[in-house]
Amino acid sequence: MLTLSSPHTHGSNSTSKVMLTVILATLPGLLVTTLLFGYGTFINVLLAVATAMATEALVLKLRQRPLGFFLKDNTAALTGVLLGLALPPLAPWWITVLATSFAIVFAKQLYGGIGNNPFNPAMVGYALVLVSFPLHMTTTWAVPMAVDNSAVPGLLDSVAVIFAGASPDAFSGATPLDAYKHMIDSQTSSEVLKNPIFSGWLNGGWEWVNLAYLAGGLVLLWRKIISWHIPVAMLVGLSLCSLLFGWDEDMYAPLSLQLLSGATMLGAFFIATDPVSAATTPRGKLIYGAGIGILLYVIRAHGAYPDAVAFAVLLMNFAAPFIDAYTQPRTYGHKAARRGLIAKSEK
Amino acid sequence: MSTLTTILIAVAVLVVLATVFGAVLGFASVRFKVEGNPIVEQINDILPQTQCGQCGYPGCKPYAEAIADGDKINKCPPGGESTIQSLADLLGVEPEPLDAEHGAEKDVPTVAYIREDECIGCTKCIQACPVDAILGAAKQMHTVIAEECTGCDLCVEPCPVDCIDMIPVGQDISSWYWQAPTSGVELIASDRRSVGGPA
Amino acid sequence: MTHKIHLYDFHGGIHPPENKHQSTQRSIRNAGLPAQLILPLHQHIGAAALAEVQVGERVLKGQRLAHADGKISVPLHAPTSGTISAIEERPVPHASGLTELCIVLTPDGEDQWGEHPSLLQQLKVSDFSDIEPKQLVDFISDMGIAGMGGAGFPTAAKLQTRQYPIHTLILNGAECEPYITADDMLMRERASEVVMGAQILQHILGSQRCLIGIEDNKPEAIEALKTALAEHNQQHLMDLVVVPTKYPSGGEKQLIQLLTGEEVPAGGIPAQIGVVCQNVGTASAIYRAVYQGEPLISRITTVTGDACAEPGNWDTLIGTPVSHLLQLSGYQPQARERVIMGGPMMGFALPHTDLPVVKTSNCLLAPTEQELPPNDIAMACIRCGMCAEACPAELLPQQLYWFSKAEEFNKAEQHNLFDCIECGACSYVCPSHIPLVQYYRFAKGAIREERAAQAKSERAKERFESRLARQEREQAEKEAKRKARAEAAAKAKQAAAEQPPAAAADTPSELDKLNKKLDAAKAAVAKTQEKLDAARADDSQAEKVPALEAALEKTQAKIKDIAKDIAAAKKAAASTTGAADKGDPNSPERLQRKWETAQTRLATAQQRLADAQEQGLDTVAALQAGVDKQQQRVIEAKAAYEASLKGTSPAAATEAAATVDQDALKKKILAQQDRLAKAQERLQMAEADGLDTVPALSKAVSKQQDKLTQLQQQLQQAEGA
Repeated sequence: MLTLSSPHTHGSNSTSKVMLTVILATLPGLLVTTLLFGYGTFINVLLAVATAMATEALVLKLRQRPLGFFLKDNTAALTGVLLGLALPPLAPWWITVLATSFAIVFAKQLYGGIGNNPFNPAMVGYALVLVSFPLHMTTTWAVPMAVDNSAVPGLLDSVAVIFAGASPDAFSGATPLDAYKHMIDSQTSSEVLKNPIFSGWLNGGWEWVNLAYLAGGLVLLWRKIISWHIPVAMLVGLSLCSLLFGWDEDMYAPLSLQLLSGATMLGAFFIATDPVSAATTPRGKLIYGAGIGILLYVIRAHGAYPDAVAFAVLLMNFAAPFIDAYTQPRTYGHKAARRGLIAKSEK
Repeated sequence: MSTLTTILIAVAVLVVLATVFGAVLGFASVRFKVEGNPIVEQINDILPQTQCGQCGYPGCKPYAEAIADGDKINKCPPGGESTIQSLADLLGVEPEPLDAEHGAEKDVPTVAYIREDECIGCTKCIQACPVDAILGAAKQMHTVIAEECTGCDLCVEPCPVDCIDMIPVGQDISSWYWQAPTSGVELIASDRRSVGGPA
Repeated sequence: MTHKIHLYDFHGGIHPPENKHQSTQRSIRNAGLPAQLILPLHQHIGAAALAEVQVGERVLKGQRLAHADGKISVPLHAPTSGTISAIEERPVPHASGLTELCIVLTPDGEDQWGEHPSLLQQLKVSDFSDIEPKQLVDFISDMGIAGMGGAGFPTAAKLQTRQYPIHTLILNGAECEPYITADDMLMRERASEVVMGAQILQHILGSQRCLIGIEDNKPEAIEALKTALAEHNQQHLMDLVVVPTKYPSGGEKQLIQLLTGEEVPAGGIPAQIGVVCQNVGTASAIYRAVYQGEPLISRITTVTGDACAEPGNWDTLIGTPVSHLLQLSGYQPQARERVIMGGPMMGFALPHTDLPVVKTSNCLLAPTEQELPPNDIAMACIRCGMCAEACPAELLPQQLYWFSKAEEFNKAEQHNLFDCIECGACSYVCPSHIPLVQYYRFAKGAIREERAAQAKSERAKERFESRLARQEREQAEKEAKRKARAEAAAKAKQAAAEQPPAAAADTPSELDKLNKKLDAAKAAVAKTQEKLDAARADDSQAEKVPALEAALEKTQAKIKDIAKDIAAAKKAAASTTGAADKGDPNSPERLQRKWETAQTRLATAQQRLADAQEQGLDTVAALQAGVDKQQQRVIEAKAAYEASLKGTSPAAATEAAATVDQDALKKKILAQQDRLAKAQERLQMAEADGLDTVPALSKAVSKQQDKLTQLQQQLQQAEGA
């Protein structure tokens, strides 16, 4: 007769389902992006997912792990999806392939595969190509429909740019954050915001993309896939910084631009919440999220890069184990929580 | 200012600094001295205290003293690999495999058992037992206090009628516990080979 | 309900499918008499009970079969009348599947009660409130009552809380585990018993209030309890508190937190915060004991699961085989058979069904594979933290998992591993299907084992050190004595040299004195012994026995001292005479004396050997060796004596001894061969029986063989010489 340890029953949850739900929750964002910016991101996502699955399979084969067992956990696919969404829509194919395979091989499998990576794989891949190919990464953002309807590339145009090396110039333009960063050097904030790229609330395109990710994120919260701690702390951290330093309207970007442009919402709900590399204790999650929000603001406002989700997340990944060690919850029946790391042996 | 003066000033500053910091360190080492457990005691705490003498010393404490004086850490079969590992950690040396010359590690703990109807009451085992775990008097039957027996085997040799067995300690309900799960990703494919030896 | 009870919440918890309706469709049925009852002596936490009946003895229903061993232990009673057919090791319901001592009772079918007056009758009182709480507690202990909720802690021990004042009694009727409905049905059908039991508990504890905690998924039980409370006019004294259904609200610590908002201190007991928590089943058992004199010999057990055609609750005699209950419930064995004792969250799967129902068996769950599929292969932990959200103890289960898996027990302990109540909520929610609880059980077991080993080695160290100290002391004493003797001898010598006649005269008189003393002491011993015997025989003088024993011992010690003195005096006398003639050790007289002593010794040894042979003792071989040795000594002594008489050279004597040596060796070899044969025989027997002793025996054989070869070599050398 079967004698296994209790419990003998199990909830219907599984890692594959969790990952699949996260992937599905990105669909609103992907849909809006495709509608407003053309097929570039859609193609990127497909390409990144294919690359992620292929590299994952290859490395699993080399590591002599069972392919089916690990591929069906959907984590590689999720890494691919997140990278595809994060990369510029018109980035050449090799950038996507390079970023994805680096993420899977170096940031995930070499650390021992699922569950063992100290850094968010997608963001490691993103940071690699951002640092290595700054030109390709900043000139391949598509112009949103709202700004120039004729500039939105069709499917064939996107394919040509991404795979055949056609010039993206006809379709590309700076992102709002990028544009702001360039113009704020010579103009005041209010002057910058008069530029057509920032034309009107709910009119530009990036707002809609971020709102779509927010919607997806709320679904994740509702399904209890993620807890509220990290996204809320991150958005609050970012907002507080923005309000605190935003007293000088001529110097700094307004709160709405911080929250609803760039990768803010994608980062808050889909990237910072990657459980493997994030802090795990409830209070730790708050600190971790707030840290990302603050770093995000600091790098956007004072750093060399227009957006900074990848760097902010990676930097806080470093701190996650340390944060966990100092934020353990108080256990039932104990007066106070234990803090910090443990001495090797106490007698 | 001549070069010489510069050098002299530099040297003087360094000397003063060295003196000051030396004094601070010296003071700190006296003021904040931590009374550590003597190393022999720490080693002795790690040794299994079977007092079997297989290491070549008359008991665990003497071996602990010998280790503190630089003897090898791999002479204790009852402690086995885990004791060697702990000693290596404590002393900051490389763990070595158990020295086969002193015997092999037992798979299961044992206790001595005297077949009492064969015992002739010679008291030889009583004299041999390092932890006084055998009861009896001359010409009276002897018996082992199983609770106190360390399973060192020292009583087996002297028995003139070979009535002492070392019997493995069985598991009862109070000492039984669940083993760690073995199913799961750990035992798949390549990992399994390392369990069964090199492929 | 008159008081408004504020409900608190506990951290985490889960909502697994309840699956309680299957077994509440039928009322409680009587499971009847099985062919055999298996009664483990250890059905509770604490020390096992000690059997007090013999195999073959006929016992009556309710008769005590085993008594408690200490405070944390409970006795065991016969669930029905019948014959004790065995007292032996039997498999008991435990996750390990190991055996423990059980009393096996074959019922005679008459179900005949022995004397079982209720406590009220015994004390001739009409109401339990006239009984001292202490008496009630002792009675509850005598009735074999241990916690019926699952853990089985001796109830009496839990009620002895003198050092802590108790303000609240909590009756646990939450029954939060899926499938189990034993308490639910008990409350529905025997609510009155529960309330009356609770009244007794209140009286014992002197608590101001009583809270009955019950989950809101048991409306019938709630109604029944309300009615019972009204019936006993207790509705103002006891509060029925309905708590929301959430697993594990029935955990003692969780229920206390739910109802009082307070936490039981880590490593402590509820009494420390003025609370005692008892299961409703225990309250009912207390009622039956106090009012009806019925010891704990039966309990309500749920039998459920899709593999049972007729799930329901059974009033089951303790010791009833699981297979009997399953059969009654229409159990259909499945392809991958699984029967769980307890619920799906905390129960354990039974290795087979020939196991008895014990005092803590609240449920037998026989699920089909579709119903409760066995766990999938575990995937890697992705640190999602769902376990931490579900943990009612507010632990970090995934951290504990990493530490347990890596066997970093130190860190696991630092992360409060021992506060884990093994409720299984973390495993239930884990998306990677990691058997977390099993890891914690492993880590806890390993830590406990390590602690035990540590304690043992600490004790071994102490014993070794005290042995060394003792040996040193003995050595020192010996040394001191030797010195004293040497000094005395030197003095005597000096004295003898100075005035030999006086000394010679003096010594015997000294000896006489000592002898007289000895006689007196011996007489005293005889007298004391007589007195002691008389005291032992007479109960009224019992208290004198220890004093007499002490006196006896003292006199005996005195005798020994005197004997020693006498021996010393004799020696001193001998040395004075010896000093006078100053004979050399090789003088013929001396050698003759030596020879004679050896001969006497040989005779004794031979006598002993003959006795042993007659009685067929195993010591024959050893004694034979002794005789051989003695014989050799006699021959040697004789040779030496003869040599000295003849004045021949010592070399001749040696030669004579050498031949003798050879003979002795040959004899020894024969004896050794005998021993070897015996050892081999033993080994073969052990091998045939497949005993564990085989390696030890084969070692013994090879050792014997070694000895034999050694002897043969010696012989060859001797012959060669």
